[in-house]
Amino acid sequence: MTPLRGNDFRSRGHAAYWAFVVHRVSGIALTLFLPLHFFALSHALSRPAVLDDFLAWTRNPLVKLAETLLVVALAAHLAGGVRLLFVEFVGWRREWQKTVLAIAAAATLAYALLFALSG
Amino acid sequence: MTESPSEVIAARVQGAGDVRARPARAAAWRFLLQRATAAVLALCVVVHLATIIYAVRQGLSAEAIVARVQSNSAWPAFYAVFVAAAAIHAPLGLRAIADEWLGLRGRRTDVVLAVFALGLLAGGLYAVESLAR
Repeated sequence: MTPLRGNDFRSRGHAAYWAFVVHRVSGIALTLFLPLHFFALSHALSRPAVLDDFLAWTRNPLVKLAETLLVVALAAHLAGGVRLLFVEFVGWRREWQKTVLAIAAAATLAYALLFALSG
Repeated sequence: MTESPSEVIAARVQGAGDVRARPARAAAWRFLLQRATAAVLALCVVVHLATIIYAVRQGLSAEAIVARVQSNSAWPAFYAVFVAAAAIHAPLGLRAIADEWLGLRGRRTDVVLAVFALGLLAGGLYAVESLAR
């Protein structure tokens, strides 16, 4: 069996390819955000002014947008990850593939809307 | 006969004792660890996403965050588990990306990723401890 290194261009037309890209990109974004998240929260009790200044900064529209994208990335990574667990361990492949993809995309969109409306 | 990925992994993990099988066994353990932490994180992230909406509605402030975390001793325990799972899951994900997209693999990459994992664990637990103190 040939290992699947380097993705075949033909596979890019499939929705699962885009699910793979979203999972990777959201994973990288969340990983890069974690150290910043931990750093900001470490100041909550010892120097609350530092965290409050940081929170005030996040009200800047561009930062707010980046923050919203991160929250949506978290929802997308969760939905895509649960999809992968079902594909790998429950064997939801073939006919189920696109249905599960659609459910994952819908769950992400639903959460994004809920977050946007609650802000 | 086609085996499911989980069956292939289970067979590799069981293939203990054979020195030549070590890289495959290590890969199988990484695969399992990545999925086991994914399952834990799935539950944590559902709680986290709900908390985000609740916290934003209540108004985000240092005081509000500290009050919420200290309201119940289950919160620091929850966040400690969340941090530990993320500290394992994220570097394993980066490892696959470094290998497949950047061609970075081998001992040096693994050492950098292990240091990153320990940094995430320490930084995350320190943040939880700072909030719960």
